[in-house]
Amino acid sequence: MADPTPAAPRPAPAAEKKVAAPTGPPDPPPPDDLARPAYLEPLTAALPGAIVHTSYWVGDWTLITTSEHWVAVLTWLRDDPRAAFDACADLTAVDWPAREQRFDIVITLYATTRRERVRVKIRVADQQAAPTACGVWPSANWLEREVFDMYGIPFAGHPDLRRLLMPDEWQGHPQRKDYPLEGPGELVLEAPDDWIAMPELRRGVEIE
Amino acid sequence: MTTNRDTATSAFDTDELVINMGPQHPSTHGVLRLVLRLDGERVIDMDVVIGYLHRGVEKLTEQRDYTQIVLLTDRMDYVAAASNNLGYVETVEKLMSLEVPKRAQYIRTVLAELQRIASHLVWLGTHAMDIGAVTVFLYCLRERELVLDLFEEYCGARLTYNAMRVGGLPMDLSTGWEAKVRAFCDLLPGKIDDYETLLTNNRIWLERTKDVGVISGADATAIGLTGPALRASGVRRDVRKDEPYAAYKDFDFEVPLGTRGDTYDRYTVRLIEMRQSVRIVQQALDGMPDGPVMGKVPRLIKPPAGETYHAIESPKGELGYFIVSDGQSLSPYRLRVRPPSLCNLQALPQLARGHLVADVVALIGTIDIVLGEVDR
Amino acid sequence: MIDMVVIPVFKMLVVITAVLSAVAYMVLLERKVQAWVQVRLGPMRVGPHGVLQPIADVLKLITKEDVRPASADRFLFTLAPILVVVPALIVFAVVPFGTSTTMFGKEISLYITDLDIGLLYIVSVASIGLYGLILGGWASNSKYPLLSSLRASAQIVSYEVAVTMTLVSLIVTAGSLSLVEIVKAQEAHGVWYVFIQPVAFVIFVIGALAETNRAPFDLPEAEQELVGGFHTEYSGMRFALFFLAEYTNMIVVSAVGVTMFLGGWLAPFSSVSWLAWLGLVPGWVWFSLKTFLLLSLFLWIRATLPRYRYDQLMRLGWKVLIPLALVNLAVSAVLKVLL
Repeated sequence: MADPTPAAPRPAPAAEKKVAAPTGPPDPPPPDDLARPAYLEPLTAALPGAIVHTSYWVGDWTLITTSEHWVAVLTWLRDDPRAAFDACADLTAVDWPAREQRFDIVITLYATTRRERVRVKIRVADQQAAPTACGVWPSANWLEREVFDMYGIPFAGHPDLRRLLMPDEWQGHPQRKDYPLEGPGELVLEAPDDWIAMPELRRGVEIE
Repeated sequence: MTTNRDTATSAFDTDELVINMGPQHPSTHGVLRLVLRLDGERVIDMDVVIGYLHRGVEKLTEQRDYTQIVLLTDRMDYVAAASNNLGYVETVEKLMSLEVPKRAQYIRTVLAELQRIASHLVWLGTHAMDIGAVTVFLYCLRERELVLDLFEEYCGARLTYNAMRVGGLPMDLSTGWEAKVRAFCDLLPGKIDDYETLLTNNRIWLERTKDVGVISGADATAIGLTGPALRASGVRRDVRKDEPYAAYKDFDFEVPLGTRGDTYDRYTVRLIEMRQSVRIVQQALDGMPDGPVMGKVPRLIKPPAGETYHAIESPKGELGYFIVSDGQSLSPYRLRVRPPSLCNLQALPQLARGHLVADVVALIGTIDIVLGEVDR
Repeated sequence: MIDMVVIPVFKMLVVITAVLSAVAYMVLLERKVQAWVQVRLGPMRVGPHGVLQPIADVLKLITKEDVRPASADRFLFTLAPILVVVPALIVFAVVPFGTSTTMFGKEISLYITDLDIGLLYIVSVASIGLYGLILGGWASNSKYPLLSSLRASAQIVSYEVAVTMTLVSLIVTAGSLSLVEIVKAQEAHGVWYVFIQPVAFVIFVIGALAETNRAPFDLPEAEQELVGGFHTEYSGMRFALFFLAEYTNMIVVSAVGVTMFLGGWLAPFSSVSWLAWLGLVPGWVWFSLKTFLLLSLFLWIRATLPRYRYDQLMRLGWKVLIPLALVNLAVSAVLKVLL
């Protein structure tokens, strides 16, 4: 086990082939002949400039907005009878480290009466506070806590921003793409920030 | 014990009792921890602490290929593994726009509904046991054992089935399996009558469940309740009806609704759901088409770049999967599970405030959580 | 000498041995009955059909490490189980298992003593056990036991009022506080008091369940809520003493119930001439049989019913049972004067 010679660098995994790191889903625009949802036009009229992009793919509508308009768009979608998205089904984030604003915050809404879903997204940069949706749907509370826990995105105005799943004293945010997947257990457990900061240490380690 | 003298206004200055319920407690259904602030036995406030069973399933999926992930989904809601499988494979199929043969759809529906029965039986047993009716627990597990036998015969496993594949099913039904399922379907309604004899009109059961943990439909929707817990509040939302998946649009079944949104309604709604599940299974067996159980699926499952969200009605509520594919790797770029247990558990403090310690136990039971799914 | 010392000591030994072994087999019976109701087998490994299970249980409990929490009050923590178990046992001093029998040419009464105030003695001595529960919960210095002992004290005190009230109506009917006299009064009346005082019997059974912390009133021990109740922090023999006391108390209330309502050692159907041969069976057999039936009722109830909640239990006690017992007492007294 105790090999005196430094271990040879691990062969680069297949995923590290020279492929440009993805910078986000394609979010294809809807085909022109497809009927737009009824709420879309009133929404763009009511909040000009809020909807940056609209996308339709495999049956899912996605609206892309900006941090400034996030709460306004969500509130409008909840309150306007043409939208009536009364339930926040899910809120999560996706990490695209190659991008400047690396995180997508994705919320999936559901309209109980109209039986329809829509996805709304914003992009935020690392360490940039995202606006909270807790005021619009109380159910966003834990979901945002989980995103904070897993991605380290602080939510401005969140009533109770603590880690949800990981221990309170945990360092680092496990769902980030640059979070180390392997390493000498204790160091990762106790001080993953140090571990992340030492790539030379990460290189030669074999896990048992 | 903590003192709360600053806020105590009464002349009889009393202290609050902070009590830790769990993570090792007989009625927290796993490793749930509740920090209760009590005034006598009355719950003033509650903090729910979760994460003791966090295994990083979402992170793990980013390192596994699409077929291997089916195994991981088994281990989330481990009393309803087939439902988890179904939600996952359907999401990948939606992402890849795959056609699934009709026979596979029907068998999936049968499995999902048997799973719903099994999960509800575990729920009823543990819920009744928390309220003190231990006998019901053993009766329920007796019938659940029969469902597990059916699953064992289908896929060889009793708990973590790994029973579905992207594009279809790993294997066809064995001969004689359908007859056994039919026999079970004939047996179960009578057994449900037995449970009802013990509970439904039992004075103590009524006193323990009526008007306990009442939540209105609007509040329940806002806090994120789904599934039977939401329907007991009178909100008609069932993914099987609203956005039919698998073969549900071919079957005739009712979605039971409650009126008061209390623990008793959640109990009756789930009992009726079990009976409806039996109906669905029988219809599916009657109409079972012939044909292959595996559709045309590429050898390497590599969805095109894009993202999608797909939800199914798991026994606990809306089980959603949000998968992002980068179109390059054989693993999802991001796989997010929308666990019904987590979102339902969020309503617990709201339900429990002002009730007694004994009700907290009943309420944990009534929202039907599985910690494997809450923490993932 | 023999009459004053030897025979009473011998009787005590017999009663204590009998009670302790009855408790041991009560536990086995409870497990078996529960198991049969719940489509299980129950203990099967130790001896044929698990009949030696109680012995194994006792050996296990005796050899277990005796753990005492560091923050517990040492003296009271030790005292509490003793305080629970001793009153439960000494109550048997006045329970009449039969009238008398002739042994070695001597007339021997089948009770240790016949106090004129036997019933008062039972009610007061049995209440002392409550201190054990409260002290046990408090001395553990732990939160769940504390909550549980609060529940226990409130519950037992309120149900004792109802039970004692019904016993008073029985005293009015029988005209005596002595248990032996009460049974004899039933013999003289030619009818068991359960038929004269059915309401009192129902209140007594409900109250007895609550006083002995049995389901559906087992709130102080609700393991699903309070993890085990006042004996959460107890282990080994100290825990066994709580256990012993609980089951002894069950036997006590059943024995008292049998004495007061079911004619004690009297044979049933004494007025039916063709069943007169039932009177040949010794009285203590009838007594044991009736006690066993009442105990089985307790076990049956436990296997069937869910548990009450604390406030509902209190409501039932104070708003239903106590008023009912009072009315019953008043009616008994009026009838006694009129008839």
